[in-house]
Amino acid sequence: MSAYLLRRVLYGVLVLLGVNVLTFALFFFVNSPDDMARAQLGAKRVTPEAVEKWKHERGYDKPLFLNEKKSGIEQVTDTVFYTKSVRLFAFDFGASDQGRNIGYDISTRMWPSLAVQLPAFIIGLLVYISFALLLALFRASAFDVGGVVLCVLLMSISSLFYIIGGQYVFGKLWSLVPISGYDGGFEALKFLALPVLIGVASGIGGSTRWYRSIFIEEIGKDYVRTARAKGIGELRVLFRHVLQNAMIPILTGVVVVIPLLFMGALITESFFGIPGLGSYTIDAISQQDFAIVRAMVFLGSVLYVIGLILTDISYTLVDPRVRFS
Amino acid sequence: MPLLPFRIEVLWSDVLVWLLVAGIIAYALYARRHPHLRAPWSRVARSPGAMAAATVLVFFVTTGLLDSLHYRPLLPPQGGKAVYATEVRSVLDLVLAPLRAQREKTYSAPFATELYAKETVKRADGEEVREFPRLRHGGKHLQDPAGSAADIALRAFRGVVVALLAWFAFALLLSAMLARQQGGGIEAAWRSMWSGLTPVPWRAVLATLGVLALIAGPVVALAPYYHVLGTDKVGQDVLYQSLKSIRTGLVIGTLATLVTLPFALVLGVMAGYFKGWVDDVIQYVYTTLSSIPGVLLIAAAVLMMQVYIENHAELFPSTEIRADVRLLALCVILGLTSWTGLCRLLRGEALKLRELEYIQAARAFGVSHWRIMMRHITPNLMHIVMIALVMDFSGLVLAEAVLSYVGVGVDPSMISFGTMINSARLEMAREPMVWWSLAAAFFFMLLLVLAANLFADAVRDAFDPRVAMAGGRA
Repeated sequence: MSAYLLRRVLYGVLVLLGVNVLTFALFFFVNSPDDMARAQLGAKRVTPEAVEKWKHERGYDKPLFLNEKKSGIEQVTDTVFYTKSVRLFAFDFGASDQGRNIGYDISTRMWPSLAVQLPAFIIGLLVYISFALLLALFRASAFDVGGVVLCVLLMSISSLFYIIGGQYVFGKLWSLVPISGYDGGFEALKFLALPVLIGVASGIGGSTRWYRSIFIEEIGKDYVRTARAKGIGELRVLFRHVLQNAMIPILTGVVVVIPLLFMGALITESFFGIPGLGSYTIDAISQQDFAIVRAMVFLGSVLYVIGLILTDISYTLVDPRVRFS
Repeated sequence: MPLLPFRIEVLWSDVLVWLLVAGIIAYALYARRHPHLRAPWSRVARSPGAMAAATVLVFFVTTGLLDSLHYRPLLPPQGGKAVYATEVRSVLDLVLAPLRAQREKTYSAPFATELYAKETVKRADGEEVREFPRLRHGGKHLQDPAGSAADIALRAFRGVVVALLAWFAFALLLSAMLARQQGGGIEAAWRSMWSGLTPVPWRAVLATLGVLALIAGPVVALAPYYHVLGTDKVGQDVLYQSLKSIRTGLVIGTLATLVTLPFALVLGVMAGYFKGWVDDVIQYVYTTLSSIPGVLLIAAAVLMMQVYIENHAELFPSTEIRADVRLLALCVILGLTSWTGLCRLLRGEALKLRELEYIQAARAFGVSHWRIMMRHITPNLMHIVMIALVMDFSGLVLAEAVLSYVGVGVDPSMISFGTMINSARLEMAREPMVWWSLAAAFFFMLLLVLAANLFADAVRDAFDPRVAMAGGRA
């Protein structure tokens, strides 16, 4: 089993290597550093000197792969590819195009993101699975049909409107919580309540429907019929047998997103002014700060790969077939 | 002098949209003659929910298609030479000419006769007062703006009456057609239609049409005289914006999925059929692509495209053409970043199919790999492709709004649901709130996405063999 996990980890590293090369190609081949400098400095009346200065300050003036002016190992290390891409593997994100230390920004900004995402994730999971079990229990009844229609209706509403509506009703109309902002310590609670609530609410439609379909598929299997034939009550069948067996498809979808919770929610954070990684990314995109976008792409992939490995580990925990093979 | 008072301008997205229409017609003709395709589609046609949703979708698609016929109008002749406007317009603009032309100065509420903000106005006697100025167009036919409520009610009532008459005429026409088909009298056809006894649930279609007519009638009657959904910051009619947004949403929803198809289909089938190292390579590619969080990958690609467009401004002669190319590029980027899910599904299914006896028989007969994949595997995966096509559509329409908010969506000059929400959002803090742009975008998007979701569900139920075997219930 440990050999299996080791293989998965190595595969993850290989995937990160691919992501690294892909982002490098996207950011340095589609447009040359000169183009990016011009786009950053604005307008076409930029002098070549200004472009050179911009590139030099950010280290984009080096050769892409091979520096022939240097000797020895520096031929490879003193290049754009090494300093901007390979160094990412050591989690050295370098400086943003505005000159800020990206690594420091990430380490401070991931906590507010997590403070919104983690409660939303846990509460959401409980709410969605409970609703889905309820619908599955009363499947094919008017309650179930109504519930599914409601789910389709809820998932047809853009997430933007959940945020705008929530801010309007709870923040402006009822003045229960501040519309936006953030604070450390226990003061943060009043700022977090609404984003968490909206995070849960906006996922209800799609997620409940997804869990319900998993349960319904599981209920149609033979072992459920056997259990019923043995005279086990419907509730016990649902909680004891169906829920347990449905864990495998549920884990596939759920575990992989846990590490990504660090990345924050782009839209929510920007609407609520939460200084997390989501709003960091949005700001970087609107300021066209390519260094930050590159760093976030890599960080996102690292977290996803960790999620994949966690999924594999969770399989071995819940599914004896995987554990003993 | 030129023969026509306009010159047809074909944008790239128009070409693709009409090719898509041609493709759908060809598919429909093909499906008619093949029972294995006709059966699931007739199941869709028998579902009342799907037919109601399809009725709504027809309204959206018609609007989108009218908006996909572009031209440049002829300007008044100058020195005997024909000069065309640089601005590209569509047939929809022509239909909505009054809405397009009637621009106010800035915000005004729905049905308002006065501007939303106070202004200093100079009276005839030279006195300056701060007041809400009358609108240039909204309710300008009224002598006294106080009487607008009665005028609105009267016009709305006329609109409802005309709409209901048209609806009734359509229902009669439909039952006449049904009567000809079934060979009975019109009355019998009318009765069976309303008791839901026809194979195709015309009752659901007519009910949906009735609701649409009740909304559209008054709106059409009132739109030339009032701003039914108000105006935005630069005084543009919000109803006009909402209708123009439809095309953007439809183009993104359909073309982006079409871009995913070749990648997902070719790579998925190859991975599943060949297994071995081909499978390993393809799996590696899609794992790598899907490991990058979607929004970030799209954002990175769109940022790069923006830089390219900025640095190559000479390639794009007008704003409309630039916006159009950007829209297409966005579709391509969305497609390139989202084919992995479908590819994984197709690979799994192809893996199962290749072990079946009929494929083994084909291989024993010496049929080439290429032919086996084309002729024996791909057709048996088409139901998955069809389900994915319709299921992805609504997600893409929703994604457009979010991406435009993040700043990596369509060109800011292009009217879309995303840009509408984005510009209205800034006015949330105003007192009283400017709510109408948001409300309009909300309702149009909800209607489009909900109809698409309901239709997609019916298509999935009809095409998914697992559901079909379970008696047609999900």
